[in-house]
Amino acid sequence: MKILVCISKAPDTTSKIAFSEENTKFDENGVQFIVNPYDEWYALVRALEIKEAGGGQVTIITVGGASDDAIIRKALAIGADEAVRIDAEAKDAYFTAIQISSYAKENHYDLILTGKETINYNGSQVGGMIAAELDVPFVSLASKLEVNGSTLTVEREIVGGLQVVELNAPAVISCAKGMAEQRIPNMRGIMAARTKPLNVVDAIEIENLTEFVSYSLPNAKSAVKMIDPENMDELVELLHNEAKVI
Amino acid sequence: MILVYINSTNGISKSSFEAITYGKKLGDVIALTNGGALSEDLASLGQYGASKVLVDRAIDGGDQQQITKMISSVVENNGVKTIVFSHDLFGKSVAPMLSVRLRAGLVSGAISLPDADGCIDVNVFSGKALGKVRVNSEVKIISLLPNSIQPEENGGSCPVEEISVDTGSVSIKVLSTKKPEGEIPLPEAELVVSAGRGLKGPENWGMVEDLAVSLGAATACSRPVADIGWRPHHEHVGQTGVAIRPNLYIAIGISGAIQHLAGVNGSKVIVVINTDSEAPFFKAADYGIIGDAFEVVPRLNEAVNKFKTS
Ligand SMILES: Cc1cc2nc3c(=O)[nH]c(=O)nc-3n(C[C@H](O)[C@H](O)[C@H](O)COP(=O)(O)OP(=O)(O)OC[C@H]3O[C@@H](n4cnc5c(N)ncnc54)[C@H](O)[C@@H]3O)c2cc1C
Repeated sequence: MKILVCISKAPDTTSKIAFSEENTKFDENGVQFIVNPYDEWYALVRALEIKEAGGGQVTIITVGGASDDAIIRKALAIGADEAVRIDAEAKDAYFTAIQISSYAKENHYDLILTGKETINYNGSQVGGMIAAELDVPFVSLASKLEVNGSTLTVEREIVGGLQVVELNAPAVISCAKGMAEQRIPNMRGIMAARTKPLNVVDAIEIENLTEFVSYSLPNAKSAVKMIDPENMDELVELLHNEAKVI
Repeated sequence: MILVYINSTNGISKSSFEAITYGKKLGDVIALTNGGALSEDLASLGQYGASKVLVDRAIDGGDQQQITKMISSVVENNGVKTIVFSHDLFGKSVAPMLSVRLRAGLVSGAISLPDADGCIDVNVFSGKALGKVRVNSEVKIISLLPNSIQPEENGGSCPVEEISVDTGSVSIKVLSTKKPEGEIPLPEAELVVSAGRGLKGPENWGMVEDLAVSLGAATACSRPVADIGWRPHHEHVGQTGVAIRPNLYIAIGISGAIQHLAGVNGSKVIVVINTDSEAPFFKAADYGIIGDAFEVVPRLNEAVNKFKTS
């Protein structure tokens, strides 16, 4: 099975979030970047497991500049066979998805996996957009994926529960917790990653459907009010009369 | 014309009323749904401002491609300029597909109405910051985060019209569906009681569940607790779990790691119960209790019950 895994660069989860250029740009100063956890832990590792069980090839793809090569090498070290970087700043989800779709149209994949969302923009958009652009089915928030020939059996989260569905490849699936377990790259993987192919591809022209015009940080919390652990009636009273939440 | 898509497979939820209320503030609203929901229930959307409800009874909702085709056909036939979704698991999967099909910009996880320049606020960096999004296309899609607007009643029931849209064949076959009965879905819950590794073991969750029942709250947990299988995965909140913004979040035996806070810092009021006065969570809390959960939680439950019966 030929599998394409979409990966995104994301700031490390402990990063201090700040903005520059009059709050119009994320301040990357001192920020450590990682592979977006959902892409790495779930989409990529499940793709590798499917390949290990039934053969095939795992390609990772990202839209970004040369500074993304570090996280690409990390994903290669975990076990992907080759990487593609579409050389453009990922302006919004639509731009990213159409770039990836245009590459996928020419290279025909049986399965395209994404993480359920990125931890920086939290949009959950790219997977569904690729599916619509390629006109193939989309299953979101998959927690299990089994492949049998070209039949895909997927467990997905739905509002208030879980559902098992069946469909045929080609398809796009967004991956959530449950799909696979995180893999730590070993030394051999890290060495091998250095020589695996990383193809840099030119971007195509795409209009900008949306843009972020500015960012801000939430208002600071006022100081915490400490309550006597013996006096829970007081807490209930405050939640009712002061906070008005119960 | 504003079109609000309603997922009615589990009946009409509060987030549907929120989406209609939101749409009504932008213009005249028609609601669109599919499947077998009762017409009386659908008509109740009129109370929040829908002028009518369109329903395609033949489409069951298992295949997002079909839903996308149904919505685009209604959009094109009614001159719709804005489509509103509730940003739940269903909206998250359909809205992006519709965005591509209509070449319409999508605001994912909106928490505000458009400002004077048409920009809409969304949470970014897992709730650690806010971003303002502008949509450049003529047709716009807004996926509204639950609990971002109060539903407002302003009318009576509205007519329900059956429609039939040709959406082609089904490509996703549903084999089985599991829905835990009687639980409040976490992203929609107004009150949430959450617990972490401080509880020592899954056998100690009884008092957490008791408190949740007394309050009418949903239950949640920290990541390690879900990872070691003390609690189901769907209860895991935080940066790599569910992001929630309830009115009240009670954190019991959770240290308040940055990744945990990222998923809950949109909560209006945070109560922290922890034995360690240095726990980082106290910095994000509105009310703090330094104490042993095994004593404090049953006491709090008793106080809540006393309050509820008085
Ligand atoms: C990439 C990444 C992503 C992550 N994403 C998430 C995420 O989405 N969500 C998440 O939750 N975590 C996430 N984490 C993990 C996070 O860093 C913390 O490890 C985790 O939140 C800690 O869980 P905890 O507070 O339950 O446990 P601990 O940190 O062990 O805290 C237990 C707390 O209980 C208190 N306690 C002990 N006994 C009692 C008692 N009897 N009564 C009251 N209090 C008591 C202790 O004082 C302590 O503060 C992530 C980590 C990484 C690296």
